[in-house]
Amino acid sequence: MDQAKERSLRLHAADVRLGIIEAVYNAKSGHPGGSLSVADIMTYLYFEEMNIDPKNPKWEDRDRFVLSKGHTSPALYSTLANRGYFPVEDLKTFRHTGSYLQGHPDMKGVPGVDMSSGSLGQGFSVACGMALAAKLSGKSYRVYTAVGDGESEEGQIWEAAMFAAHYHLDNLVLIIDWNGLQIDGRITDVMNPTPHDEKLRAFGWNVISIDAHDFGEIEAAFKAAREHKGQPTAVIAKSTKGKGVSFMEDQAGWHGKAPNEEQYETAKAELLALRASI
Amino acid sequence: MAEAVATREAYGKALAEFGAKYDKLVVLDADLANATKTDTFKKVFPDRHFDCGIAEANMMCVAAGLSTAGYIPFASTFAMFASGRAFEQVRNSIGYPHLNVKIGATHAGITVGEDGASHQCLEDIALMRTIPGMTVINPSDAVEARAAVEAAINYYGPVYMRFGRMAVPVINDTPDYKFELGRGIQMADGGDVTVVATGMMVEVALRARELLANEGISARVINIHTIKPLDEEIILRAAAETGAIVTAEEATVIGGLGGAVSELLSEKRPTPVVKLGINDVFGKSGPAKELVTLFGLTAENVAAKAKAAIELK
Repeated sequence: MDQAKERSLRLHAADVRLGIIEAVYNAKSGHPGGSLSVADIMTYLYFEEMNIDPKNPKWEDRDRFVLSKGHTSPALYSTLANRGYFPVEDLKTFRHTGSYLQGHPDMKGVPGVDMSSGSLGQGFSVACGMALAAKLSGKSYRVYTAVGDGESEEGQIWEAAMFAAHYHLDNLVLIIDWNGLQIDGRITDVMNPTPHDEKLRAFGWNVISIDAHDFGEIEAAFKAAREHKGQPTAVIAKSTKGKGVSFMEDQAGWHGKAPNEEQYETAKAELLALRASI
Repeated sequence: MAEAVATREAYGKALAEFGAKYDKLVVLDADLANATKTDTFKKVFPDRHFDCGIAEANMMCVAAGLSTAGYIPFASTFAMFASGRAFEQVRNSIGYPHLNVKIGATHAGITVGEDGASHQCLEDIALMRTIPGMTVINPSDAVEARAAVEAAINYYGPVYMRFGRMAVPVINDTPDYKFELGRGIQMADGGDVTVVATGMMVEVALRARELLANEGISARVINIHTIKPLDEEIILRAAAETGAIVTAEEATVIGGLGGAVSELLSEKRPTPVVKLGINDVFGKSGPAKELVTLFGLTAENVAAKAKAAIELK
C-alpha cells in the first residue's frame, strides 16, 4: 500500500479509537473491546473502500454497511462522526437519555447507519437482502457486513451464509471480526464455531483470511472481493480485542465494560501517543 | 350458500394481480410456496419470487434488507413460524426500524386441521400487536383478503396479515364494500348486544345474529379486519349503544382481539365483554370443520356468549 495512504488511514483509525473510548467512557457503559478490534476495518471501509457521500447518507446508489455485531456501535458511530456524518463531539452523548446515539445502531436516528442492529445474527441476513436488492434492480452498489466471531454461533448466520451463496451475491462482503473472545471467554472454550474458513468454503463462499490491523492486507482483500464473481466473499479478519489500548488487549473482561476515570486517561494517553507516532 | 374460498388462495391471487401493478412488489417464501399460495405469484413473476428455504429467521431479515432499498417484500410462511419462530427478527429487524415489510402468514388458527397443534398458531394476533407500529390484519373472506393486500402495498410500514387454510364463505362481495386500514365495518345493526368478530368468525357471527333474532335478541355485528390499529370509535359506540360485547376470533382468548377490545373498554367505557376464542389450550388434529365445532367456534356458541354478555349488563 502507498505509504501516504497508509499513514492517513492509521491517523483516521487512531481518531476512531479515541472516539470509541470517549463514547464508552462518557456513557459509563458500552462495548470497547470489539469496537477497538474492528476499528481498522471500519476505517478502511468508510475512508477508502465504500462509495458513499456523508452529505447524502440516504443516497440510493451508495454502498451499504450493516454492523451485525451491533454492540460495537461505538466503532460505527466514531467512524461515521470522523467521516463527517455528524459532529465528533456528539459521541460524548452515546447511550445518554435523549441522545440520538442509542446503545445499539438505530437507522432511524443516526445519519449514515444503514440498518438498525444489535440482536446478533440478524444484520448479516439484512445485508443479504440489500445485496439481493442491488442485483434485482441492476445497481452496482456493494454491501458490507461485519459479524463477530462469537456471533457466528447464532444459527441464523449459517442460514444467511446459505442464502448468499445460493443467490450468488458476489456484491456482498462478510467480514468476520475474529478476535477469539466473547463475553464468557475464548470462543473455542465457550462454544467453538471454528473453523470459519473451511465452513464458509463448504457453504459456497470465496474466503480470504487477513490480519485485521494491516491496512495492506485489508486493501488487498477488498480488492480481491470486488474481482471475485459468482460467489460472495468472506474476509476472516484476525484481530485483537481491545486493539490499541494496552490493558484492554485480548481481555474478554473488556467486552462490555467502560473504563473508569483513571483507565480512561491511560487509554487516551496511549492512543494520543500512538497517533503522534504515526 | 355463498361461494367458499380460503383467504390464502385470495392472498396468492392478489399477489399475482398486484405484481403487475406494483413493480416493487417482491415475494419471499420458506419452502411453502405451494401451501401459502405464493406460487400463484411465482408462476407470473418468477424473477421476483425468492425461496429462502426452511430458514424463516433469515427470510424476515432478508425482507428487511430488500425494503431498505425500496422494494415492498411480502414474506410468507405459516403463521406459526412467521410470528413464533421469527418473532424476534420481526420485532428487531422489521418493527424497530419500522420497515416496509409485509408478512403474509397463512395457516393461522385451528382450521389448519389435520397437522395439529404444532402448526396451529393461536398466538400470532397477540404477539404481533405487542410490536410498536405493527399493523395487524385478519381478513374475513377472499374479498377482504385481496383488499387488505392492496391496502398493505399502499401503506408504508410493517404489516402482519393473517390468512387461513380452510375455505370460508365469501361475505363481502357487495358493490359498496370498502376496505380501510384501521376502520371496522358494521356488518349488521342491533341494539341488545354487539359481536365484535375478526377473520372467519365474522361470518359465524352473522349466522349467530340470525339465531339470536329467532329468540327476540337484536345483535349488532362488527367486522374488525384490522386489529391494530384498532377502530376504537366503532367499538366505543357499540358499547354505548348496546351495553354488552362479545369478541369472536379463531385465536387464543389471551391478548388477541378479545384482549384489545377489553383493554380499550376497561379504560374508556367499562362494559361487559365475553370473549370467544380458543381457551388457553393447544389445538388438535382433525378435519378443520370438525375442529371448528370441537373448539366451539360456532354460531350456537356465539349466540350463547351473547346471551351471557347480556346477563352481565
